[in-house]
Amino acid sequence: MSLNTSTILERRIVYLLLFLAVLLPLLFPIGWGSDVSPVVKMSYDLIDQTPAGGIGLISFDYEASTITEMQPMAVAQIEHAWSRGQKVIATALWPQGPQMAAQSFEEAKRNPLFKDKEYGVDYVNLGYKVGGMVTVQALGSSFKDVYPKDSSGRAWDTLPMLKDLKNLKGLSWICSLSAGEPGLKDWIMIAHDVHNVPVTGGTTAVSAPGFLPYVNNHGQLTGLLGGLKAASEYEALIGKKGPATTKMDAQSVAHILILLLIAVGNIKVWVRKRNNAKNTEVTNA
Amino acid sequence: MKRNIPLILAFLAGLLMIVSEFIPHRPFSNMVETLENWFMIIAGFSIVLGLASLLQMNYQKISTKAENWGYHLACVIAFALIVIMGALWGMEDQPGLLGQGEKIVSWLGKKPFDYTYDNALVPLSATMFSLLAFFIASAAYRAFIIRTFESNLLMISAVIVILGRTGFGTMLTSWIPESYRIWQLPVLADFIMQYPNTAAQRAILISASLGIIGSSLRIILGIERSYLGGDK
Repeated sequence: MSLNTSTILERRIVYLLLFLAVLLPLLFPIGWGSDVSPVVKMSYDLIDQTPAGGIGLISFDYEASTITEMQPMAVAQIEHAWSRGQKVIATALWPQGPQMAAQSFEEAKRNPLFKDKEYGVDYVNLGYKVGGMVTVQALGSSFKDVYPKDSSGRAWDTLPMLKDLKNLKGLSWICSLSAGEPGLKDWIMIAHDVHNVPVTGGTTAVSAPGFLPYVNNHGQLTGLLGGLKAASEYEALIGKKGPATTKMDAQSVAHILILLLIAVGNIKVWVRKRNNAKNTEVTNA
Repeated sequence: MKRNIPLILAFLAGLLMIVSEFIPHRPFSNMVETLENWFMIIAGFSIVLGLASLLQMNYQKISTKAENWGYHLACVIAFALIVIMGALWGMEDQPGLLGQGEKIVSWLGKKPFDYTYDNALVPLSATMFSLLAFFIASAAYRAFIIRTFESNLLMISAVIVILGRTGFGTMLTSWIPESYRIWQLPVLADFIMQYPNTAAQRAILISASLGIIGSSLRIILGIERSYLGGDK
């Protein structure tokens, strides 16, 4: 067997193992629990401590590719805000954001507790605007100027929950669910640093380490949800066994498999090195 | 002249934005508001430019029958289909040229645009992103090899963070008493993320920010001119 064929075979075995590692826990859930990390608790507390009637904004700054990680966060936060009697505005700095928001509201309304939530009264989907940070800056002056209509074309004045909202300062909290740029960073720099509105956020697991410096004593970022695990922790906090909780088993098993693969790869290299050293000794002798 | 006018405009716009940060009052606040509106309008046009560029690039590949031209054809057909569906029946609550399309909605359950989005684009995009897991698994097996002291440190922290971010890691060390909580894998993982990681991320952030300030000044002062195009 040539080296190339062996590499291809090894790769296929790795792919098959990973496929099984993801599939089997989805079919037969294990039910591993996980502790809630402090940054997730901070994000939860921000919404939990906002009085009823307050308006929160969720910016859907992601697209379909990261839906598995981001959507459970959005649904959990919408359900949490509604359970506390708050209203939710959805905006988007990414073109596919309005669809993500519509799906999240739809999913949250499937919960019997929230089936009566009314569009325009309890939530609105304002849609996508180009411009990234500049759009956020403009929201600091006037929401209505940036969003004269919602994503379905309804005029601002026909949406009762927006009646008294002028600019960012009228919001109780902001959460940017962000899979890249533009996104969470823009909301921190303008909404929090300029207008002093509490900002929390959610990112993919791979981006989370880059945002941790913003969780600091100045409260630039009030907590952070990083990836599926954070989403499952949030679901645990609101007492829900949602999609993130179910998928966490699969992710955990896949992570363990990757660790095992790293170990096997290292052992293989170590054995090869030892054999090479032995061969060299024999040749020299 | 062709180069000097854009340079003067960039200088004035840049200067105005900087001044408005320090004097956030009239007339600067109003001027900046106007510039922000201009930016959003210009950024909107960039979407149109992007679409035109996409069609032009794909058309060239198809007309010259370049390698894998079939994929480019598929891209253009998919693009045209989604635009036609959106234009004819609209999306979500928005009507299209043929109204709300009640008949087709009763057949598909959703408007064609929404149906395609939910049942084609979402699963396809998620699949593409999920494929990364297979590459990561394969790369971990072949490339994550301990060779030096530094790679050893990296490996140890990676193992702690990976295990700490799984339910398995929680279960594995949950027996450790509360007084030694720091040795529980999730707590240890959080410690690594919050202290060594954040310190390094802050250093990267500060360096990147200094770099951005430097390149912004170069553009405002007209030293950096590559954004104007051309070879000078």
